[in-house]
Amino acid sequence: MSVADLVRPYGDTTGDGRVQVSFTLPVPGVSDAERALAEGAALQLAGKMGLSPAMVVHAKPIGPSFTFFVVYGQVSHLVDLSAVVVPSREFDLLSPAEVNLRIRTALGRKLVVVGATVGTDAHTVGIDAILNVKGHAGEKGLEYYREIRVVNMGAQVPVPSLVARAAAERADAVLVSQVVTQRDAHVTNARELGLAFGVAPEFAVGALRRPLLVVGGPRFDPSAASALGVDKIFGRGTTPGEVASYLAHALAPSAAS
Amino acid sequence: MQTKLNLDPEKVRLARDLAGAAGEPVTELARTHTTTSIERAVLRLGGLDGADADGMPWVNRVVDAVRDATGLEQGVALPVWDAMVAGGYPDLRTLAEQAASGEVKFRRPVGSEAMAAREQAVRSVERGVATIDGQRARRTRMIADLADPPPPWIYLIVATGDIYEDIPQAQAAAREGADVIAVIRSTGQSLLDYVPEGATREGYAGTYATRENFRLMRAALDDTSRELGRYVRLTNYASGLCMPEIAALAGLERLDMMLNDCMYGIIFRDINPVRTFIDQRFSRQVHARAGIVINTGEDNYLTTADAVDAAHTVVVSQLLNEYFAVEAGLETWQLGLGHAFEINPAVPDSFLLELAHAQLVRELFPGAPLKFMPPTKHMTGNVFAGYLLDAFFNLCGLMTDQSILLVGMMTEGIHTPFLSDRDLALENVRYVRSAAGRLGLSFQPDAFVVDRAHRVLDEAVGLLRRIGADGLLAAIGDGTFGVTRRPPDGGRGLDGVVARADGYFNPVSELLGDGPVGADPVAEVLGGDAE
Repeated sequence: MSVADLVRPYGDTTGDGRVQVSFTLPVPGVSDAERALAEGAALQLAGKMGLSPAMVVHAKPIGPSFTFFVVYGQVSHLVDLSAVVVPSREFDLLSPAEVNLRIRTALGRKLVVVGATVGTDAHTVGIDAILNVKGHAGEKGLEYYREIRVVNMGAQVPVPSLVARAAAERADAVLVSQVVTQRDAHVTNARELGLAFGVAPEFAVGALRRPLLVVGGPRFDPSAASALGVDKIFGRGTTPGEVASYLAHALAPSAAS
Repeated sequence: MQTKLNLDPEKVRLARDLAGAAGEPVTELARTHTTTSIERAVLRLGGLDGADADGMPWVNRVVDAVRDATGLEQGVALPVWDAMVAGGYPDLRTLAEQAASGEVKFRRPVGSEAMAAREQAVRSVERGVATIDGQRARRTRMIADLADPPPPWIYLIVATGDIYEDIPQAQAAAREGADVIAVIRSTGQSLLDYVPEGATREGYAGTYATRENFRLMRAALDDTSRELGRYVRLTNYASGLCMPEIAALAGLERLDMMLNDCMYGIIFRDINPVRTFIDQRFSRQVHARAGIVINTGEDNYLTTADAVDAAHTVVVSQLLNEYFAVEAGLETWQLGLGHAFEINPAVPDSFLLELAHAQLVRELFPGAPLKFMPPTKHMTGNVFAGYLLDAFFNLCGLMTDQSILLVGMMTEGIHTPFLSDRDLALENVRYVRSAAGRLGLSFQPDAFVVDRAHRVLDEAVGLLRRIGADGLLAAIGDGTFGVTRRPPDGGRGLDGVVARADGYFNPVSELLGDGPVGADPVAEVLGGDAE
């Protein structure tokens, strides 16, 4: 750690530590007395957040029992840049246009993705959030990508059917989601998936290349891929863009990388 | 309304004719087919509610049982009410429970037995339709007793996943000025082939549409309407695989507006095109009867396609939605055709282009309660810039006389709105309305705006000609809308489509009539122009 690594928020002077926050408290702010109490409450919160001194610059009642505040204040905290940990991701996040370009350049054809939920899980929320055009978290699903062809088999697909369809479609990747499971069925199902694709004659040596096996769901441990015999596990909060970027990274590497 | 764009009436008529020609074969498909969800809606209107111990609705159990026993080619009504007559069951619920344990032998009745079943079916379904009529009359009375807010109606979304959290949020939003409350559905509900039951407290990014949730929210908003002295409308989604059933539940529980697009489920949810068009026609017949305003989903096209390049696809879809809606019996005041403010703000003259598109839609569909949707695609997470963009959206909506303004959130795409996000958004609308609400009267578009509007209409006519040549289903299969290809035999729900055979009987369709109903039954009940 050196002095150059230490910074504070910048308002209008180096090191002044000035920040702005806004929040709502479930406190009435209509009458003068209520408003005085509400502003005091906001200042107390600001103080506990480390803003000192703090100033309520705006307080507005929202209905009879809430008050909204804008607060400016000064923090004394130092940020140590040398101690910042950037979560490592083995691939870069790409825009849809970049993903499409990578696929076009590297494959010269569409990348084929077959998706499903397997076992007893009837919840297609996860796979649909990733595959449907509608997408998830403000990002369009894989169907939106011009260079990706999506085959969505839906829910409760038997693993052998998935293997057969993946072979028939010459899939580059197979996406399986497991949302609601009991007694670690998601782990069992993922193992079964890895095993089935490992022994399937369609993907034996000299036949088709085994598709990339990608599994996702809120209960998976993202670091357990190799233990389950799959290539990649996505956990809670995964967006379609992350999956598309990973597919491009794994299946359509750029010439530069 | 005064015209500002001088659209050629001949060209507008041509565009409508082309849309009708493109839609007609699809309507014929809907006239000659039924679906599992339509048949389930018949049972719901016949009085069958509730679910078994696994949460599977009884209507699903009965339709599946009838399908196994007799097929659905003649509809579910005759076999079901025949079994009611033959078995002497006190109600449909008892029949459903017996059927689930294999105790009921469904058959296709003939002769006098068919006559008896038909009579019973009509009598049962008449009660459901009478409930819908009663709810419509009640809405009309409440609006007459309270007040109807002036346009544009301010439309706000709640979406906590928990109906008991949604209710106070919806009431707070109404008190702050919302005229319409929409409860967003749980992600993925459109792909469920059944309607969940009961009050629900868990959803993914939205709250399940259930009959009980509808009832709870409508009752709460009735209280708030009386408190505020104006009628607060409630909106949900008649879309997805259960579109007909949800339309029926909406009518029974007095929802006021329903999202109901002719192609949304096909394009964005990969629901089978044929299934969608068949379900859509029935659901619109129910909406027509219930006095529900439909909202169409053209805004969605602009989230996938470019809002400038694809502007004409919005107009084409609106014309198709209008054709299908009118064909199903909806009147002009029920056509909440959608469009959106989605042009990249970095494009020069982007606001002028938005004005051109919005004014074009206004002049193409005079009298329709147009629904204008705020920016989503170019909301970057910079909440301050987003707040500014939303203000321009509000201004565009007011200048072009849009009827329903969905209130844009500066935190769009970040999270479901905070209480304060919604409050700030309403403050934005109030400011623009009070500062510039009358700007529409004096606003005269310049040549740039007029030319742009004419060009979009020309492109729409061109696209409608191409669709007319290939057929609408082929055009959808070809990726014409929303840049997504959806072949007629692909997508979910095709297994629920059944061609009608001779003797097909649907007591609901018979009661609702096959086409425009003419006089407003509610206005007659109330003795005049209550609507």
